[in-house]
Amino acid sequence: MNVPPPNSFRTGPDERGYFGMFGGRFVAETLMPLILELEKAYRAAKEDPAFKAELQALNTHYTGRPSPLYFAERLTEHLGGAKIYLKREELNHTGSHKINNCLGQILLARSMGKTRIIAETGAGQHGVAAATVCARFGYPCIVYMGATDVERQKPNVFRMKMLGAEVKPVTAGNGTLKDAMNEALRDWVTNVESTYYLIGTAAGPHPYPELVRDFQSVIGDETRAQMLEAEGRLPDAIVACIGGGSNAIGIFHPFLDDHDVKIYGVEAGGHGLDVENGHAASMTGGRPGVLHGNRTYLLQDADGQILEGHSISAGLDYPGVGPEHSWLRDTGRVTYVPATDREALDAFQLLTRIEGIIPALESAHALAYVTKLAPQMGKDETIVVNLSGRGDKDVFTVAQHLGMDI
Amino acid sequence: MTTRIDTRFAALKAEGRPALVTFTTAGDPDYATSLDILKALPKAGADVIELGMPFSDPMADGPAIQMSGQRALKGGQTLRKTLDMVRAFRATDDETPIVLMGYYNPIYIYGNETFLADAKAAGVDGLIVVDLPPEADDELCIPAMRAGLNFIRLATPTTDDKRLPAVLANTSGFVYYVSILGITGTASPDAVRVAGAVTRIKRHTILPVAVGFGVRTAAQAAAIGRDADGVVVGSAIVSAVAGSLKDGEATEATVGAVTKLVGELAEGVRAARAEAAE
Repeated sequence: MNVPPPNSFRTGPDERGYFGMFGGRFVAETLMPLILELEKAYRAAKEDPAFKAELQALNTHYTGRPSPLYFAERLTEHLGGAKIYLKREELNHTGSHKINNCLGQILLARSMGKTRIIAETGAGQHGVAAATVCARFGYPCIVYMGATDVERQKPNVFRMKMLGAEVKPVTAGNGTLKDAMNEALRDWVTNVESTYYLIGTAAGPHPYPELVRDFQSVIGDETRAQMLEAEGRLPDAIVACIGGGSNAIGIFHPFLDDHDVKIYGVEAGGHGLDVENGHAASMTGGRPGVLHGNRTYLLQDADGQILEGHSISAGLDYPGVGPEHSWLRDTGRVTYVPATDREALDAFQLLTRIEGIIPALESAHALAYVTKLAPQMGKDETIVVNLSGRGDKDVFTVAQHLGMDI
Repeated sequence: MTTRIDTRFAALKAEGRPALVTFTTAGDPDYATSLDILKALPKAGADVIELGMPFSDPMADGPAIQMSGQRALKGGQTLRKTLDMVRAFRATDDETPIVLMGYYNPIYIYGNETFLADAKAAGVDGLIVVDLPPEADDELCIPAMRAGLNFIRLATPTTDDKRLPAVLANTSGFVYYVSILGITGTASPDAVRVAGAVTRIKRHTILPVAVGFGVRTAAQAAAIGRDADGVVVGSAIVSAVAGSLKDGEATEATVGAVTKLVGELAEGVRAARAEAAE
C-alpha cells in the first residue's frame, strides 16, 4: 500500500488517534472512559513544567542519561564503509531503552491517582523496567508473561521477583507476548478503577502509541545533538530494530522531517519470510488488521486469525507493530527490512568480539542490517545504530544456538 | 427498518416476560454439532440467539469462552463457515433473531461491505463487535445500519450518564448491559445494582435492555430478568458443551447438555415477572 507523503511526518496522530489509516482506539466499552481519561491526563502532563522537570531529573540521575553516542571504530574498519556510531541505550539503568517509557508512565499513573500497575512483557526487558519503577515509586506491580517466555527468560523473571513484582505466567494461546497482552487487557477491564496499564511499546489504543513515542524520543533528541557535536552534521542513515517499535520510533521521530537522513527499521525475519509462521516481520510479511486496540500491520491468516510470530529474540516475536511505523512504511519515509535469526546471531558475535559490547539479540537485528548497509556507503558518510539493549539476558540462547556449553 | 430482533422483543413485552438470549460459539466443538445445537436452541427456550464468531485473541472473554473459541478454530471454523451456518439455520427457522458476536479483525479482513451484504443475505439480524466503541462508528456501525442490520452496543458500569448518549446514539435492536467490571463468565452480577443500571439506561433509550456477563443459573436469570428485557447467558452454556466432550470431540450427550441447561434458564426467565407479581 502506498499513500502520498504529508508535508510533515511529525504531526501525528490526529485528534482521534490516527496516523493515516493506522492507530485508533479499538477497545471494549469498559475501557473507553479510562482511555479518554488517560488522554486528558497526558495532555495536562505535557503542558506541566513540573512533570517535565521531574522526568528530566529522573532521566539524568536515575537512568544515567544522556546515553553516550559511541564511534565504533573497529566495526567501521571491519565493514570498510560508512562511519558507524552506536547510541548506547544498553548502558541505561535496567539495561535497555525500556526505562525511558516506564519513568514517564509511572509519573502519569501517579498523576491519575492509580494505585496498582500492570504490564505485559515478552523478553522481560519491559517487565524488569516496569518492576523497577514500581519499586522506586512504591506501587504493587503485576507483570503478565507468556508461560513459554517465563521458561526461556528465567534471569529476567528472577529480577522482576526481586524487585517485588508478581509475575503471572499466561498459558492461554501459545504463551508468548501477544497472549500476555491479552491477559493484561483482561486484568485491566476487571480492575479498571484502580489500575494503570503500563504498556511497554508504542502500540495499543490511542494515546499509548503517542505517549510512548514521546517518552522514547529522548533517544533521538540526544542523538541529534550528539551527532552535531561529533560530526558537525546529521547522520546519513539511522538503523533500529522493530518489535513493537518503541526504541525505533524514539530514535526516528526527531529525524522524520530531515529528508536527507535515510531511516531503516529492521524486523525479525526469523527462519526467513518464506517460512510460514517462521518470522515476526509484520510489515514485510503481514497486512493491515485490528488487534490490541489499534489498526496496524499484523501477521494473520486469510480468516483474520492472528498468527504467532517467531524470532530468536523473545522481544521481537510479536505479530503486530506500532501504528506509526505502519504509516511510515506506507508513506515510504522509513524503509523496513527483515534480518534473519542467523544474521542476528552473526552480528551479535561480531560486535561482541570486535567492540567488546554484548548487544541484545533484538539490537543485533539492527546491527545485522548495518553489516550490509555500511559497506555500500562512502567513508565520509555516517550511520547511527540504536543499541537498544544489552545482551546479558541472551547469552544462554546464543550459547544454545552455537552449540556451546556454559 | 424492523428486524426479527425488534419483532421478538415486542412480542415478549406483550407476553410480559424477558427474553432468554443464549450465546454459543459457531463451530464449537465442530461445525455439524454446532449447527445441531443452533437448530435445537429455539425449541429449548432461547428467544434470541447470539452466535460467537471465534477469534484467536478474545480480549474481553474469560477462560470458558476463550476455550470454546479455540475448539472452534481448531475444528476449522472460519467467518465464511459461520455465515453458512446461519444460512442453514434459516432454512428451518425464519423467526428467531440471530446476532453475531465477536471481534473486529475477522470482519475487517473479510471486507466490511461484503461481510454486511453476505451476513444480511444469510439471515443475520444484528452484530455485536466488542472492540468497536462509538468512537469508531464509521467503521462498521453506520454501514451496518445502512445494510439493514442492527448494531448492538455494549454499555458497562464505566459508561456514565455523560457518555451514555454517545454509546446509545447509533445503537439499534437492543442495548447489551455488561453487568460486571471484567471479562465474560467470571464474577456474578448483583441483581440490585443491575436493576439500578437498567433503570438508568432506560432513562436514555426506548430500546430493550439485555443484561449479561456472569449469569449462569435459572435463579440468577430470574432475578436479573425482573428488571431487564433480556438475560444473556454464554459462559455457562459453552461450559456445558465443554463438559459433554470426550477427548475434545462431541458426544451424543453434547446437544442435550446444552438444551437441558437452556430449558432450565428458560423456566428462570419465565418465572422472573411471575415471582415479581406475587
